[in-house]
Amino acid sequence: MNFYLDAFLTFSKIGAFTFGGGWAMLSLIEKEVVQKKKWLSEEEFVDTIAIAQSLPGILAVNTAIFIGYRLRKIKGSLVCFFATTLPSFVIILLIAMFFTQYKDNPTIISIFKGIRPAIVALIAVPVFNTAKTAKITWKTAIIPITAALLISFLGVSPIFIVLAAIVGGIIYGRYFDKTTKTEKP
Amino acid sequence: MIYLQLFWTYFKIGLFSFGGGYAMLPFIQDEVVNKHNWITPSDFTDIIAISQMTPGPIGINTATYIGYTVTGNVWGSIIATAAVCIPSFIIVLLVSYYYNKYKNSKLVKSVMNGLRPVIVGLIAAAAIMLINKTTFINYGSWIIFALAFILIKFTKIHPILVIILAGIAGYLFY
Repeated sequence: MNFYLDAFLTFSKIGAFTFGGGWAMLSLIEKEVVQKKKWLSEEEFVDTIAIAQSLPGILAVNTAIFIGYRLRKIKGSLVCFFATTLPSFVIILLIAMFFTQYKDNPTIISIFKGIRPAIVALIAVPVFNTAKTAKITWKTAIIPITAALLISFLGVSPIFIVLAAIVGGIIYGRYFDKTTKTEKP
Repeated sequence: MIYLQLFWTYFKIGLFSFGGGYAMLPFIQDEVVNKHNWITPSDFTDIIAISQMTPGPIGINTATYIGYTVTGNVWGSIIATAAVCIPSFIIVLLVSYYYNKYKNSKLVKSVMNGLRPVIVGLIAAAAIMLINKTTFINYGSWIIFALAFILIKFTKIHPILVIILAGIAGYLFY
């Protein structure tokens, strides 16, 4: 299949089933882009999230643009971007035009009472998969645990956590890490 | 000029909101409800409810919906949705370009080494913050959560199928 068509179908499928925002999308991206299509390795997947999350804007959009660019430069990023946003754009537009009452429909309400806890599971699974890829050990587990606690219980903005991680990474690399070296391509 | 205002407002939202998803909501609310009075606070709550029930990023959902409501036509939706994504486009493309160029340098590697463990915590926080009374209404919700988790983590079943099954369970039991 033509690569662009394949990418468009894959990302519109991801866009059409991403309930619960960008974080819930990660499980779908991992399944489709990493495991099925093998367009990204697990490491590249974690790095993609790390970068997409550190930049302003919508996480799902950033992720799609970043992956698209990696695969086929600007053309790829445009295709992945349109594919990710088109399903939600069309659905929301139709709702805004015709069905503003649909959120009060009892059948819809019941269905979403079932879907919501599954979304939490969808977000929770990548925690463990990315922990493995990021080579988190019992000793280094303190870092993600502290980050999660600061954000969810103390309301610290993720941007400060990301900045601290960047600064921490640079200091560690500069003064303590003797194994990481610049590679000549 | 409403279209220009809409464009500028959503451009700012796209440029300055960090953290994605629900972290964007206070920022969006401040702009469209408090500053511009485009919609009422109760309409805003409704939009969040609709966003939770429809697929897609919540930032896109509110842009599309508010764009239409404010102008009464499709162009409003297109302009607001495009405006919220344009900053991402520029920033992500620039970063991608330089990342690909310098990803083998020690500095970039050190930054990524610092970020990777924290990302795990960020994803965990996104999940923890959804553990509330709207998402987990009773023991049934926890059963759905546990089954969904096991299916996605330990079997080859596609996450999309898990969402559909959870929707059917909701329809049958609630």
